Amino acid sequence: MTSTPVPGLLKSQRFRRAREDDWRRLERLMDKAEKGSISRLTDAEILAIPTLYRSTLSALSVARETSLDQDLIRYLETLAARAYFFVYGSRSTLQDRLAGFFSTDWPAAVRRLWPETLVSAGLMLLGALVAGWLVTIEPEWFYAFVPGDMAGGRDPAASTESLRATLDGTQDAEGLSVFATFLFTHNAQVALLAFALGFALCVPTGLLILYNGATLGAFVALFASRGLGVEVGGWLLIHGVTELFAVVLAGAAGLRIGWAVAFPGRKRRLDAAMEAGRTAGIVMGGVVVMLLLAGLLEGFGRQLITDTALRYVVAGASAVIWGLYFFAPRRRAS
Amino acid sequence: MSGDADMGARTERAFVTPEGVDLRLNIGDAGQRAAAFLLDASIIGAVLIGFTLLVVLTGFGASGAGRELLAVIWLSVFFLLRNFYFTAFELSAAAATPGKRIMGLRVASRDGGRLKAEAVFSRNAMRELEVFLPLSVLGARASQGGVDSWLYLLGFVWAGVFVFFPLLNRDRLRLGDLVGGTWVVRAPRHKLTRDMADEGVQRIAIYDFTARQLDAYGAKELHVLESVLRQGDRKTLASVAERIARKIGWRRGDDTDRDFLAAYYAALRGRLEQKLLMGVRRRDKHDV
Repeated sequence: MTSTPVPGLLKSQRFRRAREDDWRRLERLMDKAEKGSISRLTDAEILAIPTLYRSTLSALSVARETSLDQDLIRYLETLAARAYFFVYGSRSTLQDRLAGFFSTDWPAAVRRLWPETLVSAGLMLLGALVAGWLVTIEPEWFYAFVPGDMAGGRDPAASTESLRATLDGTQDAEGLSVFATFLFTHNAQVALLAFALGFALCVPTGLLILYNGATLGAFVALFASRGLGVEVGGWLLIHGVTELFAVVLAGAAGLRIGWAVAFPGRKRRLDAAMEAGRTAGIVMGGVVVMLLLAGLLEGFGRQLITDTALRYVVAGASAVIWGLYFFAPRRRAS
Repeated sequence: MSGDADMGARTERAFVTPEGVDLRLNIGDAGQRAAAFLLDASIIGAVLIGFTLLVVLTGFGASGAGRELLAVIWLSVFFLLRNFYFTAFELSAAAATPGKRIMGLRVASRDGGRLKAEAVFSRNAMRELEVFLPLSVLGARASQGGVDSWLYLLGFVWAGVFVFFPLLNRDRLRLGDLVGGTWVVRAPRHKLTRDMADEGVQRIAIYDFTARQLDAYGAKELHVLESVLRQGDRKTLASVAERIARKIGWRRGDDTDRDFLAAYYAALRGRLEQKLLMGVRRRDKHDV
């Protein structure tokens, strides 16, 4: 007696012959899509891919259950995986993604972070108050909070006149753009660090934010002690509103991750970290943009707008704009 | 990349698509990940050095405003390369940096869903902690001398935990993968080769094995036979043919080893697949 049903082919061979052309077609399309850009595919080809992908996937399921052709199964697994990554890959255009990011994703993510934002802002304020108080009673403290290269001669040893001169911004109109770029890259690096440090259970991020606030507080206290409090306020806040807010948000994003890792609650620790990471990641994307704006304001705006009242106007306007943008109630996105 | 035929179960992970099919992906192991990173790091380094040379050379000719512009461009390029090289490449269709692509790796979302931009962003922002912080700890040591070696040691251990984190978990997740909800999987290519049953299936009728003879082996032995046929090494074919013939009590005529094995392969596969249809999977010869 023969053990295979009738002539010719095994069932698995017939199965393979009937579908092989589709698989080969999908493979060619994948080669094309992976090699160059998606724009090289025609509309018909793009429409065909999901259909071919699903039929390949179901062929894979069937083959696993009925075929013992190992090579075929491995081929289908890799082909289905390639097509899967294409079908479920990120394929929205950059334009759509940017529009979606700025109109809904980013503000929504920032709103979700509000408790951490408050904590982060509180820490910065605390650092500023403590450092300001210390410098007011004992100016020597200034050197503990402000690194020498950052102070650039603006320290307790400087005369009131020279301090005033650093505020009006006329002295270094040369090299503004380099200065702005440097500030942006430096601040963005600090913000990214604050975010990444959050993973180490919040503490390093908290310290970094405190220290940032302390530097600020020491600076303001020094100028205030010479009767330049109002002027230094304008000098700092014209870009500081944007920049400090960005640093606060970066800290908040870091805290969110650290908190989720330390206290995942009912979720699995990995899932909690992942969820926090997604929200925080969106916020951080925006923080880089904010810092770019702050760098521009600092490098150009501050040096070109020298009137203190006008500086306060710009500072107030930016505060209102950011506040409305993030926290104003808006129509629910459909 | 057809060389990785021997993907062990050690790196295989269940990966269920939204359609409910398990793709059984293989994760990239620590060596591949490290190699990919080193490749990327050297690409970044090479580009930076080349770019710096270019800027310095053009800087000699320029003056004033031109020089300022060059400085701005240099700072921006440095910043972009340092922070967005990985993000930009991983957002592309291949979801892999050049280094990963060379090593045959790609980034995927761990939950089987779409790989989102924020996941890629988070995953790479964490490099600050994993790469640049340890580097700056090393740098601090170099610049300040042996002032406080204990503190240095503590800092180094602390930073080291993050660097070697992938070695401490089964899925080789970096911190960034953890936070982004991603992992790095192998993206092998596999060509569809000839069905080894095509040769022998026509000769099944000539050989006419009995059911008893076909019940001697299971799926595992079938797969071994498949690869023996595929490689087609004469000596192996001869010894395998002899072993099988002895086991099933088959008296060999004047056919070639290959003909015999191809026919037996086709017949055995037909038999096992027939059972498979009835819901019986025979794993190997000991499985009854």
